[in-house]
Amino acid sequence: MANLQEKIAKQFAGTPIAVDNSGMPQLTVENGAWHDTALVLRDTIGMDYLVTIVGIDRGETLGCIYYMMSSTTGETCSVRVDAVPDRETPHIPSVADVWRIAEIYEREVYDFYGIIFIGNQDMRRLFLNIDWKGYPLRKDYNDDPALNPVSTENERQSDNTDVYSLDENGKVVKKERAIFQPDDFVVNIGPQHPATHGVLRFRTAVDGETIKKIDVYMGYIHRGVEKLCESLQYPQTLHFMDRLDYFSAQNYHHGLALLYEKAAGIEVPRRAQVIRVMMDELSRIASHCLFMGTYCMDLGATTMLFYTLRVREQILDIFEKTCGARMTFNYPCIGGVMQDLHPDFVKDVKELLAVIPANIKEYNKIFTGNVIAKNRMEGVGVLSKEDAISYGVTGPSGRASGWACDIRKLLPYSIYSELDFEEITRTEGDSMARFKVRLDEIEQSARILEQLVDNIPDGDYCAKVPKVLKLPQGEWFQMVEGCRGVFGVYLNSDGGNKPYRLKLATPCIALAAVVDHITTGNKIADLITIGGSLDYIVPDMDR
Amino acid sequence: MPYEAWKDNEYIENLVKELQESGTNVIVGTFDKLINWGRSNSIWPLTFATSCCGIEFVSLGAARFDMARFGWEVARSSPRQADFMMVAGTIVNRMVPVFRRLYDQLAEPKYVIACGSCAISGGPFRNSYHVAKGIEDIVPVDVFVPGCPPRPEAMIYGIMQLSRKIKVEKFFGGVNRQESRKEFLQTHPID
Repeated sequence: MANLQEKIAKQFAGTPIAVDNSGMPQLTVENGAWHDTALVLRDTIGMDYLVTIVGIDRGETLGCIYYMMSSTTGETCSVRVDAVPDRETPHIPSVADVWRIAEIYEREVYDFYGIIFIGNQDMRRLFLNIDWKGYPLRKDYNDDPALNPVSTENERQSDNTDVYSLDENGKVVKKERAIFQPDDFVVNIGPQHPATHGVLRFRTAVDGETIKKIDVYMGYIHRGVEKLCESLQYPQTLHFMDRLDYFSAQNYHHGLALLYEKAAGIEVPRRAQVIRVMMDELSRIASHCLFMGTYCMDLGATTMLFYTLRVREQILDIFEKTCGARMTFNYPCIGGVMQDLHPDFVKDVKELLAVIPANIKEYNKIFTGNVIAKNRMEGVGVLSKEDAISYGVTGPSGRASGWACDIRKLLPYSIYSELDFEEITRTEGDSMARFKVRLDEIEQSARILEQLVDNIPDGDYCAKVPKVLKLPQGEWFQMVEGCRGVFGVYLNSDGGNKPYRLKLATPCIALAAVVDHITTGNKIADLITIGGSLDYIVPDMDR
Repeated sequence: MPYEAWKDNEYIENLVKELQESGTNVIVGTFDKLINWGRSNSIWPLTFATSCCGIEFVSLGAARFDMARFGWEVARSSPRQADFMMVAGTIVNRMVPVFRRLYDQLAEPKYVIACGSCAISGGPFRNSYHVAKGIEDIVPVDVFVPGCPPRPEAMIYGIMQLSRKIKVEKFFGGVNRQESRKEFLQTHPID
């Protein structure tokens, strides 16, 4: 980290560099200079992966904090940019041409805060419909249901998007741009479609059977979790993590708990850390098992689901004995875990580990070597490493493109640095690679479990935590590896017992954003293959 | 399942009583029983899931909970081929028109199960700016299955309650629950 700070200080002499509470260097950049600075950061400093853009309402002003990471070294830094001139028409230069994923992140900030990004070619609302009144995450948002009623009337559609630019007087000028070409044949897929894995909607321009462009619509399950968190006390915010990516419930809980512990300075007992890591890996296996089942079902192989769910049910039984629930566990808490392990836990995990190798062999026999599967998956939806980084595609999908983006290796948290496991990467970047990476990750997760199952230390399962937790003023950021990619949490505390701003940077939004890029030129039937292999979870992207 | 193990017996009995009060013909009544026997044992769900509850619905379809035992395994992707809709997950403002349209597209006779606390009341997201506070304001609901998410067993129980309701319905003549839907549609018109 110190190395990075020196590098930045050398490059940007004269710019104020602070260090935030997580020990991450934070630059404050003038609004006008932001685009040029972003280019320097990417090309000279090596910050080629944009983790997230956090919009924030500071009362007087609105602003953004950009979190970025080097894709090779895992060095992280953040940049603070304030929107000018006022709350009426706040604007910031767009960096969508620097990091491709910024386009959709900027749309998200625009949706929540009304900050206009000058130069972004697609400045529409992302989650809320186009007639929504107000910007919900602003502190002065009027949440009167009469303004935005629940209505069965179809939402208004528009074929145009807005592009904003600045004129010579510095005033914001709005221009309309058509999303599709006038002679495009546009097919609507979703939001109710069995292959979109939830309620995602694609407007697909096709030429015969070939996809020309996909316009992704999100927000059909946008539940406003970030706003809800602002009115809840810290321990209460944890339970939402179960309901974002419900397969990574343990991992997301772990991430948010780590963040709060870092902010409060709580030391987690060793036993709790081991339990958490074991739960993370168990849920990773369960998640990948369900992925394989549903993915093969998308491709027409129904049988696979019954085989993969067998292992998943076995894991859910382990969870149920200890956590008391099959899906929404609410198990890791601030300072440790909610309750101690069930006496059968070690025995059950050993039974599970005994059957996993045979099961993987079976999966390979049923599906991986199958001629139809090979024809449908190999070479379909190729994502290059550069694009994976630029689009922020992390997790197994990013690793299938050759980008070693595992946070467990890059920025080890909890006890991961002591564990012996391999990071699976492949170079093909196609749907088959994404499938195989997940299959191999099950083996690695099982390896981690094997190392830990006999070495669960005795001791407390939870540290002493004050009943009403108040965090000091400041900013924190924490990343963990979910089952689908990097899950980042940003916390801004004003010293009270509720978060001032809690931003959940989820991996699936990038997975959905990249769909347009990798499906263009493929056949429409391949959309199902590609979408399935990316394995996005819609409530995770919509939050 | 033994009679004592059911809950809501009183409700079903009242329904039966209400139906019997209007009287029925012996032949028509027998036909009703025959048809309802067939219908209640082959209710097909619509594949409709917005969030977590949908995954438990997947588990319900797999080998362990095996809803094929009851004749529910034919999950249809098109509402036109489905009998009932298992609303598994949160319904948010933007989804409401889509959801309502799906309901309108279901072929009569149609049923709705509100599955999970989000569909019942908005659940943990009730205070959000972008969540419908229960689906009862949008479509008429036949069975509520509480839980977050409900266990597959609870879902089985919920769908079994639905087939009990179907069994006492009258298809030919007499008053049946279609009336209450008509009333509902008058107050919540299709646009």
